[in-house]
Amino acid sequence: MVKVEFLGPISQEVLELEAKTLADVATQLQNIETIAPWLEKCAVAVNDQMVSDLSIVLKSGDKISILPPVCGG
Amino acid sequence: MELYRGSLDVEAIFSKWLNEEKNSNYGAYIPFVGTIRAEDEIEALSFDIYEPILEQWFQGWVKRAEELGAKVKMAHAIGDVPVHTSSYISAVFSPKRRVALELIDEFVEDFKANAPIWKYDVKDGKRIYAEDRSTPMSGSGLLA
Repeated sequence: MVKVEFLGPISQEVLELEAKTLADVATQLQNIETIAPWLEKCAVAVNDQMVSDLSIVLKSGDKISILPPVCGG
Repeated sequence: MELYRGSLDVEAIFSKWLNEEKNSNYGAYIPFVGTIRAEDEIEALSFDIYEPILEQWFQGWVKRAEELGAKVKMAHAIGDVPVHTSSYISAVFSPKRRVALELIDEFVEDFKANAPIWKYDVKDGKRIYAEDRSTPMSGSGLLA
């Protein structure tokens, strides 16, 4: 199981998913009605490292963070 | 990098940073102070921060500045920051002015685009995500 956490304004509790790669996570999140509209504008981190590759292999306990559009300052 | 609950004490932070570098032989110290403006009937802005990735982002800039012989610093508020007070201060110290002037521009602009901080308007005590002023981070859309 991997943990998916949604940061900032996305009101969604942490999800626990079965996923072998980040692509598996993408498929499952696309099927959640309240989450799907955010995905186009969200960046992703695995274990607090920003990532840009869906083929990343995940292991049990990995933490995936979903980062919506930002505005500091 | 320094995070504070609520408004920043600008004078104290300016003074602290100045003291930290008083013997470092930097010729230029350029701070940028972000202050909450009264507009659109807001009482305050409010901020969420994801610290692990903010710290990494900041450390990237620390390295970049070091390569130029400079030093960057930043402070940001967490939670509510009332109008006319400060939520964000960053600064560059460098041996000569040119590096600091250029670096503060890039540092502040990249902060706006890629620091994991979320802003909300506070109106009638309610937090409303400032979606129209927010920017997708680099690499957004990977899971879409």
